[in-house]
Amino acid sequence: MIIKTHNQIPKIPSSEITDPLIFKERRKIIKTMLAMTVAGMVSPYTKAESAKSKGATVAKSKFSNASLTPTSAELVKNYTNYYEFAFDKEGSTQLAQTLRTDPWSVEISGEVEKPGAYHLETILRQQTLQERIYRFRCVEAWSMVVPWVGFSLADLLKIVKPLSTAKFVKFTTLYQPETMLNQRSTAMLTWPYVEGLRIDEAMHPLTMLAVGMYGDVLPKQNGAPLRLVVPWKYGFKSIKAIVKIELLKKPPLTTWNQSAPHEYGFYANVNPAISHPRWSQNTERQLGSGFFTPRRQTELFNGYGEQVAALYRDMDLQHFF
Amino acid sequence: MLQINKLYLSVIAGCLVPLVWLGVDIALNNLGANPIQALHIRLGDWALRFLWLTLAITPLQTMTKWRGMADYRQLLGLVAFFYATAHLVVYLIVDHGLMWRLIAIDILESAYIWFGVLAYLIIFALAITSPKLAKKRLGKNWKKLHRSIYLASGAAMIHYFWQLKGNLAEPVLYLLLIMLLLGFRILVWLKNRQFNKMMLPKGRKQ
Ligand code: HEM
Repeated sequence: MIIKTHNQIPKIPSSEITDPLIFKERRKIIKTMLAMTVAGMVSPYTKAESAKSKGATVAKSKFSNASLTPTSAELVKNYTNYYEFAFDKEGSTQLAQTLRTDPWSVEISGEVEKPGAYHLETILRQQTLQERIYRFRCVEAWSMVVPWVGFSLADLLKIVKPLSTAKFVKFTTLYQPETMLNQRSTAMLTWPYVEGLRIDEAMHPLTMLAVGMYGDVLPKQNGAPLRLVVPWKYGFKSIKAIVKIELLKKPPLTTWNQSAPHEYGFYANVNPAISHPRWSQNTERQLGSGFFTPRRQTELFNGYGEQVAALYRDMDLQHFF
Repeated sequence: MLQINKLYLSVIAGCLVPLVWLGVDIALNNLGANPIQALHIRLGDWALRFLWLTLAITPLQTMTKWRGMADYRQLLGLVAFFYATAHLVVYLIVDHGLMWRLIAIDILESAYIWFGVLAYLIIFALAITSPKLAKKRLGKNWKKLHRSIYLASGAAMIHYFWQLKGNLAEPVLYLLLIMLLLGFRILVWLKNRQFNKMMLPKGRKQ
């Protein structure tokens, strides 16, 4: 049943699967693009000196919270919820290293003018990578600050041209039970993992697809090679290892929403006033903060209210949580 | 006498091992990316484990017919109280920096913490009435009061299960242990009832 959805992906010749060149190439693309595009930004990760030089193609991403200090990369790499691999945050780091990410293509289908299977390298060549420092808030009440590398999801969607009938976007994670061992059992969640956004959320410039962080390619445990980042929503919305993007007329059934509908809604906007049925969302523990440093007061929309509140203007957030 | 004291002392030492172990992990920065949570959780875990150990003494006593275990039951109970207190202190001071407004909101909005608080209040009451003097003063009521350890365990269990997010291996193990501990008591109770029935004089309906 689960495999069925996967059969639709065009078969990749097995000769390509073990080719290390592809990964090297992707890494090179990302690195080169970063060197070119991040030059205009002050980033401690790319060691760009000339903050004033205007990049020919890319201005400093106005969506980056330049004033935030990123969490130490070591912490971000060793504290990930990736249930496909392990139910604990440390275990998934190690187990995820077995993941095969080469070659990688993303199937884009549904209500679009130009559906198809797009090689990741092809997607990357059409985009200008940017570094964006975003807050990341997990529904489990911890948070971090991550310098992601990627591009606006909208810039990809514009290329495939959504039809006017496209009201929602569904994202699907890879199904690879040989390495994603927990996919062999559906006791905890159903696989593959599915997430979704409303089309206006997906087209919002803050919503990004990340291929890197801290000036390098994404580590496998952090969602390599391609993940979603929606900074004003709880982390589980930011789906990892995306193989499929579908534009739909109706909202997709998302994995956590399916598993526990009264605990995890479709929207999952960060909101300190709406507690999880079992725990408060009022505060968060920032990774890297010291002993005796009090928890941080969580902000509505994770601090991105100015940019995104309009999306929910007439909605009862208590109801659409 | 000396031997028992020696045993008693080694049990105390054993009970402190998790604390020392935690101290070492703190010193070596071994608590992972979220050390405050790890510290808090590990103290809570040990509070719960010592609570189970405390509850296991009575069945052990019955099975081995070894009297003189009451002292150990008292000790383990106090150790459970100790770890629960440390768990609470970390929550209040290390995690929340004594920001009382944040603490109040957190407790009010997190149903699972209500049960932690309930469990703690009971364990606290048991701990302060633990000395011999209190036992004497309370007389018959002491036993009644200390039966509420079952209530505390139930509350602690709800507290524990209700906050779980992903990993279910350990919880299931705990559940099994509790069923064993409870099962044993039910068996004893049934047996006693049976026994009492047999003791009733013949010819009389109970
Ligand atoms: C006023 C009393 C208490 C408060 C405020 C409190 C608070 C908390 C909080 C906030 C957590 C969640 C930790 C997290 O996931 O970040 C927790 C977990 C826990 N608490 Fe408590 N607690 C209290 C009393 C107790 C008592 C009396 C016990 C045991 C006898 C206990 C045992 C535990 C255990 C076992 C966990 C779960 C650890 C795990 O996930 O493995 N707590 N407590």
